[in-house]
Amino acid sequence: MHEMALCEGIVEIVEEEARRRSFSRVKTVCLEIGALSHVAPEAMRFCFAAVAARTIADGAVIEVVELPGVAWCFACSRSVEIAHRDEPCPCCGSYQLQATGGEEMRVKELEVD
Amino acid sequence: MDCGADPAGLKIVGMSSERTIRIERDILGKNNRIAANNRARFLTDDLLVFNLVSSPGAGKTALLVRTVSELKDSRPVGVIEGDQQTSNDADRIRATGVPAIQINTGKGCHLDAAMVGEAYRRLPPLKGGILFIENVGNLVCPAAFDLGEACKIVVFSTADGEDKPLKYPDMFAASSLMLINKIDLVPVIDFDLAKTIEYARRVNPNIEVLTVSARTGEGFAALYAWIRKQAGNQRRPVGDALR
Ligand SMILES: Nc1nc2c(ncn2[C@@H]2O[C@H](COP(=O)(O)OP(=O)(O)OP(=O)(O)O)[C@@H](O)[C@H]2O)c(=O)[nH]1
Ligand SMILES: [Mg+2]
Ligand SMILES: [Zn+2]
Ligand SMILES: [Zn+2]
Repeated sequence: MHEMALCEGIVEIVEEEARRRSFSRVKTVCLEIGALSHVAPEAMRFCFAAVAARTIADGAVIEVVELPGVAWCFACSRSVEIAHRDEPCPCCGSYQLQATGGEEMRVKELEVD
Repeated sequence: MDCGADPAGLKIVGMSSERTIRIERDILGKNNRIAANNRARFLTDDLLVFNLVSSPGAGKTALLVRTVSELKDSRPVGVIEGDQQTSNDADRIRATGVPAIQINTGKGCHLDAAMVGEAYRRLPPLKGGILFIENVGNLVCPAAFDLGEACKIVVFSTADGEDKPLKYPDMFAASSLMLINKIDLVPVIDFDLAKTIEYARRVNPNIEVLTVSARTGEGFAALYAWIRKQAGNQRRPVGDALR
């Protein structure tokens, strides 16, 4: 599953930061995950423990800040919130939407020691 | 943040090295950087690059075999094939006389930008031509991994089921063209073209749609016209060569 590849990406980022800022233990990895991104937060938590084993992030807890899906509705000419890509505009029912936010997959911060 | 406390409850600032650091880094940042390098390289080489994605068996290789056979005399064409195992697909392309590099991803279920950058270095020069990348048959994660392509083409088979765009919205949202393949099967299977297009446009109102049959060749003239238009969009000297 691609959560594996994403978790490997997270571990790589943590290792780079550890070299740069000299810390030796990571307690928490805080992620920002958009509602329209390619991952399910639960799947990330599940995969991370396996991928992080025997790395500097071994045992770290994943915290997820979920960001809402935001789209521009061409019919109402305004920004609306959607939870999934296949949803219509909650105001007018149109599918003429352009996602403008909610695609984030970021490591926001680390609690380190 | 815990600054450390002595038994009397006094805070002793700086005793613990525990701290929170803000990094704000994109999880796919590394892949995106390599993809940007690939893209710059492709532009320098005046190369139009398509990333073909689909569920397993929708007909990507069959489509490519026909396409490269029909385009190879008018311009340089190359193919990068991604599969978990075997070199069958690259062998099918090479049988047409077109160069192909096979990438085996092993357990990996998608191509990433680094794999494509490396494979590209092993291809002969394709300046002014077209590079097709056939991704691993998987409608999930190839959507997330930019390879440096001009655009993604999602190949959809009439046997796939009309609701695939709703089940795998990321892929349809990420693609510029939905190529509905196996249109020759329509008389013998239950397939609702209008519904498929409606569902795809729910998740991507801008997606273009073409229907083809890799088996009979139906619809390929329109596909080549579409490719020609993309070449124009990339502001390259457009090949009338492309017929
Ligand atoms: N009837 C019909 N069959 C087709 C068509 N295109 C492909 N096929 C058949 O569909 C099967 C899969 O085709 P491939 O080209 O191998 O599909 P693919 O998407 O490359 O498959 P993977 O690389 O394994 O994901 C083969 O048996 C093809 O002969 C078509 O237009 N019509
Ligand atoms: Mg194939
Ligand atoms: Zn609206
Ligand atoms: Zn994958």
